[in-house]
Amino acid sequence: MNSVGPGYYLILSALMFTIGVLGVLVRRNAIVIFMFIELMLNAVNLAFVTFARMHGEVVGQVLVFFVLVVAAAEVVVGLAIILVMFRHRESANVDDVNLLKW
Amino acid sequence: MELTTLAAGAIYLPLFTAFVLLFFGKRLESGALGDRLAGWTGWLASAAIGGSFAASIVLFFKVIAEPEHHREFVVKIFDWIRVGSFDVAFDLLVDPLSAVMLLVVTGVGTLIHVYSIGYMHGDDRYPRFFAYLNLFAASMLLLVLANNVLLLYVGWEGVGLCSYLLIGFWFEKPSASNAAKKAFIVNRIGDFAFLLGIFLLSTTVGSLTLGQINEHAGAMGAGIATIVSLLLFAGATGKSAQIPLYIWLPDAMEGPTPVSALIHAATMVTAGVYMVARLSPVFEAGDALVVVAWIGALTALWAALMAATEYDIKRVLAYSTVSQLGYMFLAHGVHAYSAGIFHLVTHAFFKALMFLCAGAVMHALAGETDMRKMGGLRKVMPITGLTFMAGWLAISGVVPFAGFFSKDAILASAWQQGRYALWAIGVATALLTAFYMSRMYFRVFEGRLKVPDGVHAHDAPWTMAAALVPLGVLAVVGGVINLPGALTLEHFLEPVVGESHVPEGLTPWLLAGAALAVAAMGILLARALYMTRSSSLRRRVLYARFGPLIDAARNKFYVDELYGRTIVLPGKRLAAFASDVVDARIVDGSITGIGRVMASFSEGFRRIQTGYVRSYALVFLLGAVAVLAVLVVRVS
Amino acid sequence: MTWEHVIFGVVFVVALGSSLAMLFMRNAVHVALYLVAAQVALALAFLLQGAFFIAAVQIIVYAGAIMVLFLFVIMLLGVDKREALIEPLPAQRPLAIGLGALLAAEIIYVAAKGLELVTGAGANAEALDAINRDPGNVKALAHLLFSRYLLPFEVTSVLLVVAIVGVMVLARRMTIHDRIASQPEETVGEVA
Repeated sequence: MNSVGPGYYLILSALMFTIGVLGVLVRRNAIVIFMFIELMLNAVNLAFVTFARMHGEVVGQVLVFFVLVVAAAEVVVGLAIILVMFRHRESANVDDVNLLKW
Repeated sequence: MELTTLAAGAIYLPLFTAFVLLFFGKRLESGALGDRLAGWTGWLASAAIGGSFAASIVLFFKVIAEPEHHREFVVKIFDWIRVGSFDVAFDLLVDPLSAVMLLVVTGVGTLIHVYSIGYMHGDDRYPRFFAYLNLFAASMLLLVLANNVLLLYVGWEGVGLCSYLLIGFWFEKPSASNAAKKAFIVNRIGDFAFLLGIFLLSTTVGSLTLGQINEHAGAMGAGIATIVSLLLFAGATGKSAQIPLYIWLPDAMEGPTPVSALIHAATMVTAGVYMVARLSPVFEAGDALVVVAWIGALTALWAALMAATEYDIKRVLAYSTVSQLGYMFLAHGVHAYSAGIFHLVTHAFFKALMFLCAGAVMHALAGETDMRKMGGLRKVMPITGLTFMAGWLAISGVVPFAGFFSKDAILASAWQQGRYALWAIGVATALLTAFYMSRMYFRVFEGRLKVPDGVHAHDAPWTMAAALVPLGVLAVVGGVINLPGALTLEHFLEPVVGESHVPEGLTPWLLAGAALAVAAMGILLARALYMTRSSSLRRRVLYARFGPLIDAARNKFYVDELYGRTIVLPGKRLAAFASDVVDARIVDGSITGIGRVMASFSEGFRRIQTGYVRSYALVFLLGAVAVLAVLVVRVS
Repeated sequence: MTWEHVIFGVVFVVALGSSLAMLFMRNAVHVALYLVAAQVALALAFLLQGAFFIAAVQIIVYAGAIMVLFLFVIMLLGVDKREALIEPLPAQRPLAIGLGALLAAEIIYVAAKGLELVTGAGANAEALDAINRDPGNVKALAHLLFSRYLLPFEVTSVLLVVAIVGVMVLARRMTIHDRIASQPEETVGEVA
């Protein structure tokens, strides 16, 4: 085998994605949760690029471009929300936002 | 006048009047017209049933006008039920038997209506009384004229209803409303059996028309015929107060006395006797007649024992009715149907008469019914006393009064068929009958004058006397309709109930002599115990010898208590169980239980909304894993 | 064992290791830094796969701008707050790990199955290299971006503007006006 097969990259992508999910579920700091979401997006980017290579097309990379842009916009807005939340409660702990319950 | 109009009119007239009185009676009585003609609703009702009586007379003559075996007329009113092959029409049957019944019901009925005008004077619900009386008359006429068993049953139920309404007429008295309920419920038991009999008839014969049933009675087979007969007879024991369902009749005396006279002496209770005579081919086809005869005989004796110890004048008459009805069934049981009907007619005369006299006595003595508080009333109430005497002698079986001939016919038929046991019971009952009736007559009307304190006794007003006198006459001469030798009634009824076997030769004279002797013994016994100076001593001696028996008889042999313990109490417990356990806990419980289960389910389920974002995220992951699992399955 | 394999091994270890490390760091700044490391490793992976432009953009935008923004906010909200170790929600960690493992397994399985269907895995890498050589990676991307995907491109510009406006609205300090306007209406004493 000459080059690294796409399978390996996909495995890496899957694992990073799973770690991102775990991070979202386990961590309590809102900003840290956000960073794990970014990690998930990165994993997906890797998958796209791998597919682009697999199919011999550049389209996959175009999609990565869009993902990047959207991630940027999303980060900006999300952090603003966290800011407002922090101003209200003096805490960045996601467990403190629990009024909508039974 | 046409047959249809007469027959239908006889029923419609009192029926229509009943409804008029029910809906407008109160208003009409209280208006300006009412003040001027106080009690005119009573006259209206009497006129209605008088009209039926007139119609009955015309019908009778029409029936006689035909030759002997062409005396059956079916009057079609309208088509009633037609479902598939089940066809029951609203038809009336006019034949010798129904003609006789018509005359009795309407004749005695009219007299009692007139009597009630005086008796019920001043009652708050005066118009309603007459409405009920008329309704009863209409139902009884329907029963008697019905051409099929279902229509007969309608009339049967109708008279049961009116009996309930009239017994409980003074429903403010708990004893009265209880008696009414008891009557209705006990009747219901009999009616249920009757209904089963009708079902069986419908399935085996295929038709409910009397003609069809009687024609094909033989084809039913002895077994089915016996079962049907027993079921029908069970219905008769309820309506006609025989063992085991007689218990309602003594209590029914709570109702006004005219009601007791009409319904519980002359007409309603005789419906069972009529029904058995009407369906005699069915009874003949099976083996049930022996049951009929024995129950009749035993009831006659049993009731006579109780009558001999009663102090309440109406109750004596009530037990007497039960006893005499037993005689009628005894007659039917020995195939002497016409004798049974003959006794029905004469009994209607003298028993209704005696009840009306008792009513007159109560009317005069401000409602007193205890014979120990009365005495020598014939001196102040001559008409009542004289007519009662006629009834007393008639029921005791003294020649030439009516009762002698009818009772003698029954006993002679029993002897002639070799049923000596039944004959002996009948004779013993006759002795007791003479005894207790004489006892009542002597204590109430003879001897020293004795009335309750503060009461001024007077004889009956003319409206009441107007009923007493005709009945008294009939009690005296009524026997003429079926004198031995001529046997007019028997021949008249022959096409309907078949031939009867009249003893020939010396035997009938000996039997008649025996009956007379027994009657004399009873009267003399009563005289010895109640009229002579050493009477009270003799009574004490008798009581010392037969104390327990006498006390038991006075307490109705504790039959009511027995029924209460064995039937009513378990029934009440079952009802309590059904309502408190089954209904309240099981049915209601399961419904509310479902509600509670749902509530607790959602109580538990709502805890999913923890409020924590991370829990929700976990659920997202769960969902994602599940969806991917589907994909995995599809890919592999 | 070519140099590609070696570099891939490095990439693999750094990316995965940094991700795992992120999970265990209690200080938010440490988490951010490890994320940067992972992103740089991924940029290297992109280079290996022939996505040159994307690799550059990854570094410039993601690691360079977005992560800097993250760090700004972390500083703003308290840099030395350390996250507690105890997990208040019952069964959250075990369930997360279990389901996570399941997720990874499923994704890898489906990907593996998918790869079987595609003929000659990696065979088309030559096609990509050809594109990268002839019009060049940037030109090829630009060609697609401004022809077939022009609409999404313009839409994303709008998205960026919207995001900016939204952030400005969200994050400004409340003026007196806002404070009065957001107070609940006084209904006591009002008639009709």
